[in-house]
Amino acid sequence: MSDNGASKPGPTPGDRTVIGITFGNSNSSIAYTVDDKAEVIANEDGDRQIPTILSYVDGDEYYGQQAKNFLVRNPKNTVAYFRDFLGKEFKLIDPTHNHASAHPQETDDTVSFTIKDKEGEEAETSTLTVSEVATRYLRRLVGAASEYLGKKVTSAVITIPTNFNDKQKAALIAAAAAADLEVMQLISEPVAAVLAYDARPEAQIEDKIVVVADLGGTRSDVAVVASRGGMYTILATVHDYEFAGFALDKVLIDHFAKEFIKKHPGAGDPRENPRSLAKLRLEAESTKKALSLGSNASFSVESLINGLDFASTINRLRYETIARTVFEGFNRLVESAIKKAGLDVLDVDEVILSGGTAHTPRIAGNFRYIFPQSTRILAPSTEPTAINPSELQARGAALQASLIQEYEAEDIEQSTHAAVTTVPHITNAIGVISLSESGEEVFVPIVPPETAVPARRTVHVAAPKDGGDVLVKVVEGNTHIKVTKPEPKVKENGDSKAAKVEDADEDEADGDASDFSDDEDEEEEEKREKVWKIGSTLAEAAIRGVKKGGKVEVTINVNADLSVIVTTREVGGKGGVRGTLSA
Amino acid sequence: MAPIVVPLPLPALPEGWEAEKDFKPVGKITQDGATQRTLEPIGPHFLAHARRARHKRTFSEDDRIQAQERAKKVEEDNDSEISEPEDPIMLQRDAKDWKTQDHYKVLGLSKYRYKATEEQIKRAHRKKVLKHHPDKKAAAGRADDDNFFKCIQKATEVLLDPVKRRQFDSVDEEANVDPPTKKQLAKGNYYKLWGNVFKSEARFSKVHPVPSFGDENSTKEEVENFYNFWYNFDSWRTFEYLDEDVPDDNENRDQKRHMERKNANARKKKKAEDNARLRKLLDDCSAGDERIKRFRQEANAAKNKKRLEREAAEKKAAEEARLKKEAEEKAAKEAEEKAKAEREANKKAKEAAKNAVKKNKRVLRGSVKDANYFVEGDAPAATIDAVLGDVELVQSKIDADEIAALAGKLNGLKVADEIKGVWKEEVERLVAAGKLKAGEVKTLVA
Repeated sequence: MSDNGASKPGPTPGDRTVIGITFGNSNSSIAYTVDDKAEVIANEDGDRQIPTILSYVDGDEYYGQQAKNFLVRNPKNTVAYFRDFLGKEFKLIDPTHNHASAHPQETDDTVSFTIKDKEGEEAETSTLTVSEVATRYLRRLVGAASEYLGKKVTSAVITIPTNFNDKQKAALIAAAAAADLEVMQLISEPVAAVLAYDARPEAQIEDKIVVVADLGGTRSDVAVVASRGGMYTILATVHDYEFAGFALDKVLIDHFAKEFIKKHPGAGDPRENPRSLAKLRLEAESTKKALSLGSNASFSVESLINGLDFASTINRLRYETIARTVFEGFNRLVESAIKKAGLDVLDVDEVILSGGTAHTPRIAGNFRYIFPQSTRILAPSTEPTAINPSELQARGAALQASLIQEYEAEDIEQSTHAAVTTVPHITNAIGVISLSESGEEVFVPIVPPETAVPARRTVHVAAPKDGGDVLVKVVEGNTHIKVTKPEPKVKENGDSKAAKVEDADEDEADGDASDFSDDEDEEEEEKREKVWKIGSTLAEAAIRGVKKGGKVEVTINVNADLSVIVTTREVGGKGGVRGTLSA
Repeated sequence: MAPIVVPLPLPALPEGWEAEKDFKPVGKITQDGATQRTLEPIGPHFLAHARRARHKRTFSEDDRIQAQERAKKVEEDNDSEISEPEDPIMLQRDAKDWKTQDHYKVLGLSKYRYKATEEQIKRAHRKKVLKHHPDKKAAAGRADDDNFFKCIQKATEVLLDPVKRRQFDSVDEEANVDPPTKKQLAKGNYYKLWGNVFKSEARFSKVHPVPSFGDENSTKEEVENFYNFWYNFDSWRTFEYLDEDVPDDNENRDQKRHMERKNANARKKKKAEDNARLRKLLDDCSAGDERIKRFRQEANAAKNKKRLEREAAEKKAAEEARLKKEAEEKAAKEAEEKAKAEREANKKAKEAAKNAVKKNKRVLRGSVKDANYFVEGDAPAATIDAVLGDVELVQSKIDADEIAALAGKLNGLKVADEIKGVWKEEVERLVAAGKLKAGEVKTLVA
């Protein structure tokens, strides 16, 4: 069996056992679906977030939390934070986080680690390339999943950051293949998170703009995703390697290290001893996690330095104060992503917090201040029904895996081909004109901007109270208009008292937004609204003799060539008007 | 997506608004108002989009086709698997004989057998239970008729337990595909027939995937791979299911142990038989496998080609060597013959010369006789001897040519003086040449 080698075809759709894998730089997760619901699998140790770490002790391989504990005692033979090195050249990697574990080195064109992975005192060290390490780690993940499911897992959907290039993708697929795992598809992490929410049975498919803040251990990625009829388009992404979980750990480490030095003046700085630092780091991480759940957490390390034990506590308020700069960094990240997408916070309908660091209540709280009240902030501390942020991506991957497990590999390949995925997105909304209560003409969007075509939307619009003949005027809508309405009290920057100011300044808007978060009790607030401006008219149609209290159904079909088909009729009525606008 | 309801009312139709069919196109979408972006290929709605894009369907077409497929699937789900007619004899079965019952048939899954999924079994069980539940029988007036229901429960119990199911599958004769007979094979279809046999045997494999039998176009590697796999087949087939019942009373331990041993032996024997059966199957199959023959022929052809080439080369070399040898022999023979001829010619010449010398000597001797030994009258014997002695002496002193020359001079001469003159002249020449001493041959000079 083993000799048909590389050309081994993937398993046939019927024989697949599929899971979703989040292969993170700090932690990984595995999930499967049961009855269309995604469940995250706990490994043998009972962990659902499995640290992406491998450790070798006397020829035995450890992974996950067990391996992480070896960072203290056996850092040289412990490989951590290697995911981002896959498919990269040595000169392009950032080895900062590997300081306290096996050090990456250059071998040929790739990155490798020198590890003693065989038994015996005199055993030779072996040089493992990062792909080999990834293969071994994935094998363990798949093993854990297979054991849990009782079936050999053959295929998986794996999530990757949006800035993975083709070489990194190829390296990941090859590493998985070496672990006997077919990669059905690589999906981007933020969209996996969106899918995890959208696949909930109670979720409604609607047109919305979602900001996914994926705050991980060593990196943070923010993506602005347009969700249009259940199809997702990434409008902008921001990647940051500074504001992430480790930065919060560092704040805690510094805090407690200083406290320790104060307590034991002669003992020295525990941050200067690698072993003490590793202990501090492990404990800081668990303290951070505890602070996400409770308002108080203890911090205790046995034999931190020179045999001195150290124990202390911290409350959440103190933590939030000392970590303030880091929290603000997350705010700036999200704001810059929205700006990069050419949008305003008012355009955002949903913010999804994903990744381990997203558990921190303060981060969600800060976002609450940035975004208007109408925006849903999906994080455990702000929304009781929110899904565990650490599990989002794995769930999304598992859902995607179950969706495509019936497809042949070739089918998947064709469906994800650029010819299918790259489509025009309209920039102007298309809608109809209605009358507001005050009798003014207002724009009712039917097809929102950034919708991928072909698209079809249907709305039911009320007819005038008395019924009769109505005019359906299909127009384009310009969305880029915001209104700045200062309170009647004069505002110091006194922008204007005008009811409507077109073309609100973006920078100012962002600045104001962060003002909110900083000075929450400021009285004089600027009121900002999103309004639609009516653009050019596309078509007019008449529906005659609508019943009293009736409704008119308007369906707009935008074809791939940007031609438009408008169909309108009275709800429940027959006939109707149908017309085509050529591209 | 459910349509969104907009509460704001539409404007009333202005007075005098007219259009053909009540529709008036005014503008079009701003062309530069569309940007090319990449959709994330994720989620059910994207799959729908991909399906439409790839099959070039419009929304309504796709809706219709999907609806049809869904309807079809529901139908299939409902009837397919579990719609087998129930054998009336089977319905009469006693649940105590569960060991001999065909569990798949009881659940109506006989066309799936080992391929039936857990899901199918569960569904089939549910469906059968709904039909045969004793409460329903009781309602129909047949109380305590739960025999077939027990059969169903037993079948489900066996099939839903992976271990028991394997034990049953191991001895499930119905799922076996008999090896094709010669008659069947004669009609062709060799690959299909044997392929089915191995497909059914593959269910016992511990290792998956099992290489497929392939067809006449399979490569040598594939075929070898197939046979290697099957000759090293790792089977999970067990024969516990056929065990005889072990009495589980505590009364007779020896009896119990005896039965257990017997069962273990029987299992072992059956397993060995099964392995032998598989091996025979493979032997039969490979014996008739045209591909193997072809590969062998090809290999032989390749090998033969080499051998023939080598032989031809050897033959050619031998031929050349032979020709060379022959040529050499011929040349040697010719040379020898030539030498022989020469030798003979030499001999003849020598002989002739000898003869000539003899003759000449005779002439010399004759000449002195003709000259009557240079005396008058009858020459005394002593004189004759002396003269002949001298002649001999002269003869011995000169070589054959000189003898011939002398003989030539003497030949024909009859007069004694002339003869004597010649001899004299000769002797004087010899003396002058120092070959004779003066006075040695007195008789000839006197």
